Amino acid sequence: MALARELGKRFAALALVLFLVTLFTALLLSMIPGDPVDTLVPLSASAEADAQKAELRHELNLDDPLPVRYVAWLGDFVTGDFGDFYRTSGTDPVSDRVSSALPVSLQLMIYSQILALLLAVPLGVITAYRAGTYFDRSANTTAFALLSVPNFVLGLVLAYYVGVFLGWLPPERYVKFSDDPVEHVRHMILPTITLAAAQVGVYMRLLRSDMIQTLQEDFIQMARSKGISDRRVLWRHALRPSSLTLLTVGGLNVGTLIGGALVIELIFSLPGMGREIADAIFNRQYVALQSFVAILAILYVLVNFTVDLLYTVIDPRIRHARATG
Amino acid sequence: MPEPLVDAPVDAGIAAVAAGPEEVEVSRSRKLGFLGWFSIIWLVVVVALALLAPILPLPDPNRSFGAITEKPPIQPGHFLGGDGIGRDMLSRVIFGARISLLVGFASVVIGWVVGGSLGLVAGYFKGRIDGVLSTLFNVLLSMPALVLALSLVAVFASSDENTSTSRKLVVLIAALGIVSIPVLGRISRASTLAWSEREFVKAAEVMGAKPLRIIWREVLPNVLPAMMSIALLGMGVVIVAEGALALFGASVQGEPTWGTMIADGRGDLRNYPHIVFIPSAALFFTVLSLNYLGDVVRARFEVRESVL
Repeated sequence: MALARELGKRFAALALVLFLVTLFTALLLSMIPGDPVDTLVPLSASAEADAQKAELRHELNLDDPLPVRYVAWLGDFVTGDFGDFYRTSGTDPVSDRVSSALPVSLQLMIYSQILALLLAVPLGVITAYRAGTYFDRSANTTAFALLSVPNFVLGLVLAYYVGVFLGWLPPERYVKFSDDPVEHVRHMILPTITLAAAQVGVYMRLLRSDMIQTLQEDFIQMARSKGISDRRVLWRHALRPSSLTLLTVGGLNVGTLIGGALVIELIFSLPGMGREIADAIFNRQYVALQSFVAILAILYVLVNFTVDLLYTVIDPRIRHARATG
Repeated sequence: MPEPLVDAPVDAGIAAVAAGPEEVEVSRSRKLGFLGWFSIIWLVVVVALALLAPILPLPDPNRSFGAITEKPPIQPGHFLGGDGIGRDMLSRVIFGARISLLVGFASVVIGWVVGGSLGLVAGYFKGRIDGVLSTLFNVLLSMPALVLALSLVAVFASSDENTSTSRKLVVLIAALGIVSIPVLGRISRASTLAWSEREFVKAAEVMGAKPLRIIWREVLPNVLPAMMSIALLGMGVVIVAEGALALFGASVQGEPTWGTMIADGRGDLRNYPHIVFIPSAALFFTVLSLNYLGDVVRARFEVRESVL
């Protein structure tokens, strides 16, 4: 029953956060100094433009009080109407852009998360087991250096040396998996490595320090004294409790991951959410920007919420013990 | 929002702090080692150059010289060559340091002062005040930091083509400062929670000291080392964030920053990589130095994982 109450509290918190986040994004347009309609409609002083502006003002409910405007915006948003992107040549719906851009960003994030874990878990386990050795120290130093390289700098370095100088992999553009799987992978390798690099450092260091603590626990001593091999103790007994830490940090890291993906898309010219946001900012399309920001924020909140929920369900004891400890 | 295990990292650098006390990499010994000295010297040189830039014999960073357009480093009179429109790279990277460092420093000061004091108050008084402030931090943290900073800068600074450089700079600093408030606030809160249970704080309470005095005299000095360490790391994160915002066209324009230099040179990466890699190198060594010194401070004061 404690679990039910706990879950209830969490859903209430989720609702509050979602409300505040959407409220913030919905009001972005109102925070622009000056008349938002003027910035949205491409410059022209014709009567036609004035009519378009008046129509737009009505469409965006700019003359209504804030609560009305928020509810109207939210109603549109949840039904998939993300507003329009205004160009001199006409308008096109933001939802089209989202449906083509979001998968690209998600692919990049998922690939790099997989790569980061594939590298960081073995490295973290081995460095914890061999703490203080030469291997441990060099792995730590490398991780430290990786954490200090700004992701876009690493991206530019890889794009230039591997992509242009050595010519091994394409330094830009995107190919859909359904169009050509091999080319898709070739185009995604450099962005994925770039985004994964810092994550490897974070996960490895966390897992290492967590495992060092776990390895000093009695149950590890117990397992060892029963004659279970070191390898089995490490991977079956010691890694399991630490994987919870990894899960939480993974969830919290999604914010960094989203930010990183947006930046790296720009470096490698991938047509994802990052490029859409840059496009929206460049063309001062704040209606589109609002929707992009809201989508990413909601994604982040939901991922964190899911991770947290998993955590409560898997093992409430550890969470309570560590939260208070 | 529920309490996560580790304070949400705004960036990888901050997460590294949570990595625990057993960092063998930064030894507990009193010696700084090569990287430590390198970090200090690098930062001193960069700060000195940035401060002295106007009186150094450098060409105007915004002036074009036809002779060095797109020329690689080591040109007569222009040590680091020129950028895409013939502006002196050495001068730009030094003048760029001024704004990049100013943004890093000023934003972290905002986050440090506002976030730090809110965290102290929340951690010391607990109860309802803590509830409200923690919710505030969590709400601010519930948007990806870059996305939040990006939308703030885009909305408040890019709405007018004539927006002045100084106005953009203020908006940029404010946006990055707001983003760093919850991170520093939560660390200060967690640290305060741990310290305010200690005997000497209780003793001060029993002696009838006023809460503000206790916070100022008893708690704050103990919370400072953790905050210092995070401030150094945070400065690196913010300087990088300026670069990321510049790539989105949401940084200062008209004056060079490391970020805008990288963003401007990106189109010519294939042919003229030096335009991108010179400011990139400056950025990397600065962030590395800040991270390393942040780690040293943490290890020196043995900021414990439980405190974070």
